[in-house]
This record gives sequence, C-alpha cells and structure tokens, in this order.
Amino acid sequence: MASRAVYVHRDPMLKKRDDFEDILEERRHSSDLRYALKCYTPVLYKGLSPCRASELKSMVLQSDQLQYVINQVSKEMGRTAEEVQAEASTILDEMAHRLQISTVRFFAFTLSKIFKTLFRSICVNEEGIQRLQQAIHEHPVILLPSHRSYMDFLLMSYVLYTYDLSVPVIAAGMDFMGMKIVGEMLRMSGAFFIRRSFGGDKLYWAVFSEYVQIMVKSGFAPVEFFLEGTRSRTAKSLTPKLGLLNIVIDPFLKGEVFDISLVPVSISYERVLEEALYARELLGVPKPKESTSGLFKARKVLSEDYGSIHIYFGQPVSVRALAEGKVNRCQFNLTPRHIPRKPGEEIQSFVNDLAYRLVRSQEENMVLTPWVLLAFLLLQNQAVGNERGMSLDELTEQAAWVRDLSRQFGAFLHWPDQLPPSKVVSSSLSLHRGLVRISDGRVQLMPHSAMTSEEELLNRAVIILSCASYRNQALHLFIRPALLAVAIQAASSNKKQEVYNSFSFLWNMFSNEFILCPGAAVQDFEEACYLLVKSGALQISQQEILVSGRGHRTLAFLANILDPFLEGYQVRKSLANRDIGRAWRIKQNCKQIRYFLTKLRFANMPHTLRHLARRNIQCSSN
Amino acid sequence: CKHRSHISKYIFVVSWYMIFNLTELLLFHRQEIMKWNGWGYNDSKFIYNKNGQAEFTGKRYRLSGMIIPGLRDWMESTFGATVQHKTPATPVLNTSAVQPPTLNEAFVEGIKSTGIPFSHDPEDRVFRSHGHCLHEIFPLREGKVGRVPDMVVWPKCHNDVVKTVELACKHNVCLIPFGGGTSVSSALECPPEETRSIVSLDTSQMNRVLWIDEKNLTAHVEAGIIGQDLERLLNESGYCTGHEPDSMEFSSLGGWVATRASGMKKNIYGNIEDLVVHIKMVTPRGVIEKSCQGPRMSTGPDVHHFILGSEGTLGVVTEVTMKIRPVPEYQKYGSVVFPNFEQGVACLREVARQRCAPASIRLMDNEQFQFGHALKPQVSSIFTSFLDGLKKFYITKFKGFDPSRLCVATLLFEGDREKVLQHEKQVYDIAAKFGGLAAGEDNGQRGYMLTFVIAYLRDLGMDYFVIGESFETSVPWDRVLDICRNVKARIVQECKDRGVQFQPLSTCRVTQTYDAGACVYFYFAFNYRGLSDPLHVYAQVEHAAREEILANGGSLSHHHGVGKLRKEWMRETVSDVGLGMLKSVKDYVDPNNIFGNRNLL
Repeated sequence: MASRAVYVHRDPMLKKRDDFEDILEERRHSSDLRYALKCYTPVLYKGLSPCRASELKSMVLQSDQLQYVINQVSKEMGRTAEEVQAEASTILDEMAHRLQISTVRFFAFTLSKIFKTLFRSICVNEEGIQRLQQAIHEHPVILLPSHRSYMDFLLMSYVLYTYDLSVPVIAAGMDFMGMKIVGEMLRMSGAFFIRRSFGGDKLYWAVFSEYVQIMVKSGFAPVEFFLEGTRSRTAKSLTPKLGLLNIVIDPFLKGEVFDISLVPVSISYERVLEEALYARELLGVPKPKESTSGLFKARKVLSEDYGSIHIYFGQPVSVRALAEGKVNRCQFNLTPRHIPRKPGEEIQSFVNDLAYRLVRSQEENMVLTPWVLLAFLLLQNQAVGNERGMSLDELTEQAAWVRDLSRQFGAFLHWPDQLPPSKVVSSSLSLHRGLVRISDGRVQLMPHSAMTSEEELLNRAVIILSCASYRNQALHLFIRPALLAVAIQAASSNKKQEVYNSFSFLWNMFSNEFILCPGAAVQDFEEACYLLVKSGALQISQQEILVSGRGHRTLAFLANILDPFLEGYQVRKSLANRDIGRAWRIKQNCKQIRYFLTKLRFANMPHTLRHLARRNIQCSSN
Repeated sequence: CKHRSHISKYIFVVSWYMIFNLTELLLFHRQEIMKWNGWGYNDSKFIYNKNGQAEFTGKRYRLSGMIIPGLRDWMESTFGATVQHKTPATPVLNTSAVQPPTLNEAFVEGIKSTGIPFSHDPEDRVFRSHGHCLHEIFPLREGKVGRVPDMVVWPKCHNDVVKTVELACKHNVCLIPFGGGTSVSSALECPPEETRSIVSLDTSQMNRVLWIDEKNLTAHVEAGIIGQDLERLLNESGYCTGHEPDSMEFSSLGGWVATRASGMKKNIYGNIEDLVVHIKMVTPRGVIEKSCQGPRMSTGPDVHHFILGSEGTLGVVTEVTMKIRPVPEYQKYGSVVFPNFEQGVACLREVARQRCAPASIRLMDNEQFQFGHALKPQVSSIFTSFLDGLKKFYITKFKGFDPSRLCVATLLFEGDREKVLQHEKQVYDIAAKFGGLAAGEDNGQRGYMLTFVIAYLRDLGMDYFVIGESFETSVPWDRVLDICRNVKARIVQECKDRGVQFQPLSTCRVTQTYDAGACVYFYFAFNYRGLSDPLHVYAQVEHAAREEILANGGSLSHHHGVGKLRKEWMRETVSDVGLGMLKSVKDYVDPNNIFGNRNLL
C-alpha cells in the first residue's frame, strides 16, 4: 500500500487562505485612460539577461538544441540544412509572440470597460500577488491558471498589469490565430500560438520546446499555460496534459536554472460567460469557430450580469524542492544536454505527480458560491424524479446543512455569514434565474414548457448540464468521501479492509474521471476516512468502519453525488455488452452512445442523459 | 655559472609572494614554527592593530607588515563580522586534554632497535592528527582534541620506511603516512573506530634531492620533501619542476602523488601524474616500482595509477623521479577585466579551444574580485591612488562596466621573453573579443598572492565568528556557468534554510582550463553568530553543495582528493565495479589494513 504521490495529506480546516481585494472597485472610481497609461515598471527576474522579443527568435534558431534537430531532420529527409532552417524559421514566425507594452495598455483600457459592465467584482488575493512578485524576482515563474473560460488569460494579464507585475507570455491554441486582428492583438499582448497536434513533427516540437525553454531560462517573462490543455466544459478539472509541463521544468532538471517556481492560479466565476454554449457543445452542437465576427455577435453577453470573479494566486511551488530525492539529475551527465531524448520513467512519474498536485491545488483554492451547493441539492432532487421541485424552506435548511458539511471538508466557500441563509439562497437563485423557476414557494429546475417536445427536451438538457457544471465546481471537495460512502454501501461487511477494497475498485474505475493522483489510493482513502470521522459521520476502529446515527444523512448525500457517474458507466458497460463480437473502437462507441442517447431522451432520463452526453464528448475528443 | 642569472630572476619573481626560509620545515617539531590550530607559520597572521586596521604580521610574505585598509570594512559588510564580537582561539595546547598514547610495546621496541627517531609527546601527536578542514581546526581552536596518533616516527630514508612497515605488519599497528599535513579531505583524521595503536609516519626527514639527470631532465627526490624546498634546491642547479599547488609552501611531494595534486602552472608543466616518471612505494606486500624510466609504456594498466591518488591506503611513497625544466627566462603577470562572468568563461573556453592557455589563467567572479580589492595593501603614494582612481573611472564610467557584475581573469606567462610577449598578445586579443580589457600586471600579481594568504584569512575570520572553507570540482565546459550559478545559489539557500542569520559569502573562480572542461573552486563562509552548532550547519551546507556539484555534472574532486570527507560518494562516482577493483587492490596489497586511515573506500 505504499504510495509515491507528491502531495501530503493535511487537515483542510487548518488551511489558511488570504483575503480578497476587488480590483474593479478602483476602476469604477478613477480614469481608465490614466490607468492604461500608468507608469509600468514590473519587478524583473534577478538573473534576467535583458533581450527584446525579437531577439528571442535568433536565440532559438541558433541554439544547439535546434541546430541538432535541424541537422538530424535534414539528414533523414534528404533536404538541405538551409531548407530545414528556413522551415524552422517559418514555424517560429507562426508561433512567436510579439509582446509590446502599447498593446497591453490598449487591452488594459478596453478590458476595464468590458469587465465593469460584465462583472460585479474581480477579487484577487493580494498576498498571493506579493508572493508572486517575490517569486518572479527569485526564479523563472510558470503561471498555471485553471481554465474555465476564454476570459481566463485576458483576466490573468489584466490582473498582472494592474498589480505592476510582468505581463506573461501565454501558450494559446492555434484557433485564436484564425481571428483577424484579434489574433494579432493577442500576439502583441504576449500570446504565442501552438498547433493542437504535432505528435510526429520533430522539427515543430524542437522549435516549440526551445522557444518556451529560452523564455523560461532567460526569465524574459512569466510563462503561462493551462495544465488542463483546454477549457473544461463541465467545470470539472480535466486530467492534466504533461507536454508543456515537461518542457518548462526541463531547464531545471538539466541544471540550466537554479529553480523554477510554479504558481497555480484558481479562477472561479460566479457565472461562466460560455455557460449555455458549453451545455450545447456537450450535447453535440459543434463549437462555434473562433472568429472576430463571432466575437462581435457574442457581444449580447455584455448585457447580462455575471456576478463576481475570484482569482486566487496559490503558493509558488518550487520544482527543486519537489524534485529533491525524486529525480536524479545526474542522469544528464553523460550525454550532451542539447541532444533531445525522451524523459525516463523517473521523470515521467515525477511530472505526472507534479501535474496532479498542481491541479489539486488549483481546485482547493477555487472559491465556491452558495449556488454551487444549491446545484447539488436541486440536481439530487431532480434525479429522484421529484417533478414538483423543492420547497424554498426545505432547500434553505438543506443548503445550510451542506454548507456546514462542506466547511468541515475544508471548502473555500464564499457564503455571506452575516445574512440569514434564506437571503443567501434567494439571492443566488435570482442570479441564476435562467436555470430555475420559483412558483408557489417551490423551486424547480425546469423552464416554462411552452415549446415543442424536442426543443423542450434539448432545453431541459441544457439546463441540467449547466446546473451540473456548477455542481462540478465542488466535486473535488466531496469526491473522496463520496467514493468512501459508496464503498461502504457496496462492501460486503464493515471490515476496514473490505471497505478499502471496494474503495480502491471505485477509485481505479474513476481515476480518469476525477483528479485522483496516480498511486495515491491509500492516501485518498485515509483522507476520506479522516474527513468523515471529523464530521461525525463515521467511527473507525482498528478493524471496522461504523456509520454513526447522524452519519446516514451525510453518506446518503455523498453517495448520491456519484450516482450519475455510476449510471453513466453502467450504460456504457451495457452498450459494450450489446456489441459483443464487434471490435471495440472508440469512434464506433461514440456513435452507439449517440444513438442510445436519442432513445434515452424520450425515455426522459435526464440525469443519465446528461452523463452520457458528457462521455460522448470525451470520447470524441480522445 | 650560466644559470646564476636565471636563478636570481626566478627567485625574485617567486618571492613576490613568499620569501623562502631555508630548511625550517625539516624540523622534527614543526609546531615550533607553525601554528598547531591554524594555517601556516606562527609569526604570520592577520590581526586588527591598535588603530583597528587590518595588518598582516611577520616578515615572510610580500604582504607581511603591511596595513590592509579595506579589509575590516569588507569583513563587516560581507559577513556582518564586527570587532566587538570576538571568538579568540585557545593560545596554548593543554596537553592534559590529549589522551595518553596506546602504545604497542613490541613495535616501540622494534623501532628503538632500528634507531629511527620517534616520539609520543602530546604536541607532536596532536600536530599530526589533522589536516585543515574546518571541522578539524575549529575544535582545536577551542582546545578540544579528539583521537590522535599514539606515536610519531621519522624515518630518514627508504630503508627506514621498509623497516617501519615490516614492524607495523609484524606487530599489527596502524600506520598513517603524514607529509605536509595540508589535507582538506579529513584524510589525516584518525578513524575513531581504530583500536590498534596508531603510528603517524612523518616523511619530513626524507627530503633530499638524490640526483639530477640533466640529459633526461629528471630529478630523483625523496618523497618527504616540501614543495618550496624542492623548488629551491632545483633552482640552485637552474631547474624547476613547475609544480606549484597553492599549498606548496607546506605540502610534500609524497602527498602530491598520494592525492593526485594539481599545480597552478599545469598548462606548461602538467599535473603530478604528467610529471612523475618513476615512483617507489613501500607497501605491506613489499616495494612496488617499475624497472625502467621509459617515458611511456604499454605494459597493461599503469601501476603508477594505483599509487597516484591512493591517499595513504596502500603504502608510503618514498622516492619519486620527476621531470624537471630549466628555470624560465621570463615571467609576466597580467589581468583582464570582463563586463561579466559569462563573458569571462566564454573567453577562457576560447583560450582552451585554441590551446594557448598561459602558464596559469584564472577567472574570479565578482565577489572574489571585490574581495581581492579589499586585500589591497595601503598605497604609499598619492600618485598610485590617483592612478587607481583613474583606472576605475575608465572601466566603470567610460567602458560602462557594472562594478557589481564585472569580473577579472589573472594570468601568468612564462618562458622566453619574446615568446611570452607574443603569447600575451594572442591571449589579450582573444579576451578583447569577449569584451575583456587588459587591467595590468599588479592586479594579476595580487590575484595570485590571494591564493597564499586566503588560508591565513580564514583564521582571522574564525577570530570573529566567521567560518568558511573552499572546495573544488572539475566540470565539462558547457556546464561551467550552470554549476557556478547553481552551487552558489544552493549555498545561499541552504544557509537560509538552516537558520544562518547573516548573508553568506558564496563565490567561485575557474582556476584551470583543460581541452574538455575546467576546474572550478568555490569559497564559502558565513558569520555563525546565533547558531548553536555552527560546525554541523557548515557540514550540512557543504554536503548539499557537493550534492549540487554532482547533480550538475561536476566531479567529486579535481585535486583535493576524497579522504573520508567525500567517500560516501565514491560508489556513484566510479560505479560498483570500479569500487570493487579498488577494493581488491587494497585487499591484495594490504590485507590487514595496516595503512588504516580508511580514506577513499
């Protein structure tokens, strides 16, 4: 039961979190123009070798790393080195950012205007900013924000500019480059563009990794990218992608920098701009292509209220400290460091653990609004087939109960304690009035049903999926106790070992579904036990796990959380069984699921449907 | 005769930093002229004089008797070490603190019958119980003495050594060879687990140049000879070895062989392994030596390489035939200022690529440059100080060098006058390509002087709560900058993590260039006020620094050796099989571990 996970189990209640400051507050009271033109003198990396964005390019092209690959490619393909060099240069032109301060200032001005109309507040933990400033001075910094919205990277640069910190260079998908003008504007505000897939292209990989590494090594600017690789359409953290993380920590492993600070950033939206868009995308309506005209069409979002945003800059993580004892850096002693080679097992597992740890710390510092907890309750009520909805009083009572439970689990909950719970509930409901209906003192998740049945069905699905996205924001909080709750239900006895076995089965099954750090089943089990004992739901002796009197409610609530996921897996399994004899291929599987989905639509099983839809998307994105 | 003029020139040049004092080190009781709990001669040390200015006492060195006005400020600003906080050393050894000797009576009787001088006087024993690691000197300053040899013997020739080793084998006593006592690897420490009688075999009486062969340019020398004596004696005949390790005032030829020593001027003369032609060593199995003096042989693995670097674990080196060279006609110092360390390293790399390194070329980082500056003796004339000011103005204002980033390379050229000047021009031309500006002979000379006095300076530091040490490595060229940066940063970080209250001094220099890499030297010191166990903190930081060196592709040691201080890393350094090979040699040559200093393996 040994575990090699990077993170350690700690008491979540002891976690100290910083206070927030609203940065829009000042924007509402002083000139945006003056703000955009303010004196901007960010703290720089102490080891910075000053260079301009344009010089980066020649540094990359002349680097030993790239020259090596260029020679290799030219030999393999029978092309002249000059040709390959020219191609590398073209790739670099397509990729490179052209960070310049005037564009940053332009964005600072326009975004101020836009943010003020969209959001009530943008709250930032200033202590995190101070830590970041220190980190930028000491070591090259990698910023790792969570990714829930297109807004994320604009927000990041905006916040850093506001606090007089170096504006980051950002790894962005090639999709944005397709946007006329805007793509170029983004480039000039620090975005660099990478192709979505370039698996076998050695030259592309070499240019890309060398470009990123030179920026890291020189301390040119903080490098920002999204660990999850893409926006999470469901607000559930995606399993991290390791490519870029591998690239940015490489200079440390090879001793080219003393240390690298990784700074996880959690951006939580009270309402995501793309809310309805995501739900439709999940149901199979294709994602609109990024285009400037599309952006203009989307301007109607400007008229709505999207509540508050919380941005939490986490504790900088020292790669050096984490690699201590895990990676033997001597492995680079015997071959020249510029010759590319695949990371060994030791490094792969280190990077993997590191990535999970970072995503978890993103999750932990996500601010949860009361609405997220309401979404749990409303969806669970929906799932048991209660068409009439919940009474407002009952919802309030349950909400207060879940609030207490989640706090015991260490939630970063933004619940205004000075207000009575009923006030909190009703104000949350009103912000999300597009998703709920209140009539006769009862709360329902349904819109008015005046439409044709197919359209109605789609709308229902959209609403439930949107709601589920909010619920998903807090899944990380409950996932371990929930797995334990189901394990207890499923285990044949209350023997600790039995429960662990069933926990471990579930844990393995869901290891790609939730952020469960590879190899950390034991730790997760212990953490779940600890939380449930602390909240009074369980009593654990040496050998046995007993549910206490008041624990049943907690366990039932937790087990319900996993229900839709379990059902989803069951459906998939039954599909698989039906297809015995046919080759199991993901693409086909997707088709089947889509077919099954239509059938289910009419069987009115919205929660299963919701889950299926999501699987559907995951399969097709695989 | 015809060599006379060369000699006087040579002595003039060398004596810039030291004035040889003849035959003193041939004394049996070296503690009479040397410190028992610090570096070097009793009469030479840094002190703060009545006016509170730093001064170097004695008459032996160029710096002796001079005031060093900048030193006190440098000590205060670098370490926060003020004159109010003093930690003076115990002046006299309290002999009652020394364990009574465990004597092997039969062995003592045997030695008596051979007539080889011996002693079990506490002072003689304590003096031979240590090298110069911080953790060896620091307790001595506090009057604390650990395990010391039980007896000292002074064989006078090869045959005496043969007799001594035979007796030791016969009566099962532990022998620890002792040359100059300048080890910095805990190599001379008596293993605490050793229960036998420990006998220190002091080679200092084997100090004769037995013959000089002018046809082959070789000299046959007894291995106990101290570096400066060897050089002086050869100079009398117009020759030199050119082997000048920083410790050459006190270290011995046998010690060089046993540790694979490296000399400052190895670019011309080579390191010790290039210099030796023949070695004679007495082991428990008998005497090992080659049958001829052919300049190179293909006769299986070179058995000399079992001896070179054996660190006293296999036997005692008694006689060595060494290459000699005529004393060079002309010597010239020089220095180059670079805008930053990166440029400096790039220049050294280019010099190595073109294989045109002068006799010595060293690159100090900015901290060491400033340190060197603080050691400038008081200038006698207004004109010199005016000139200094002008130079500084030219470099920082006119050339735009940042005083907090610039660094300096010191150079030493040697050979025919004409060739030296030609060579000098070639090197300065390369330097210019890397933004280097020639900065005069004085700076160069002072840089080399620093080497000899820095060990004395550590004693001054220890008088005022500052402890420190140097350590070295060798590393491929492409790693030089990375290793310098990372090791220095690691030291600073470790000090902070371990509660050191003051900013440490963490500095380095590139001291040797090779075709495929360089030797890098680190200096590390800190003010330990407020720490309950400074030695432990020091050891932890040094350990971490060595780990960092290894992780950055550096070697375990370039020339200090492994001793007991670094032997935990030997396995990973030479692989299991490599270690097994060394072990099997040890097992064959010395099955009863008579040479039981437990170094290396």
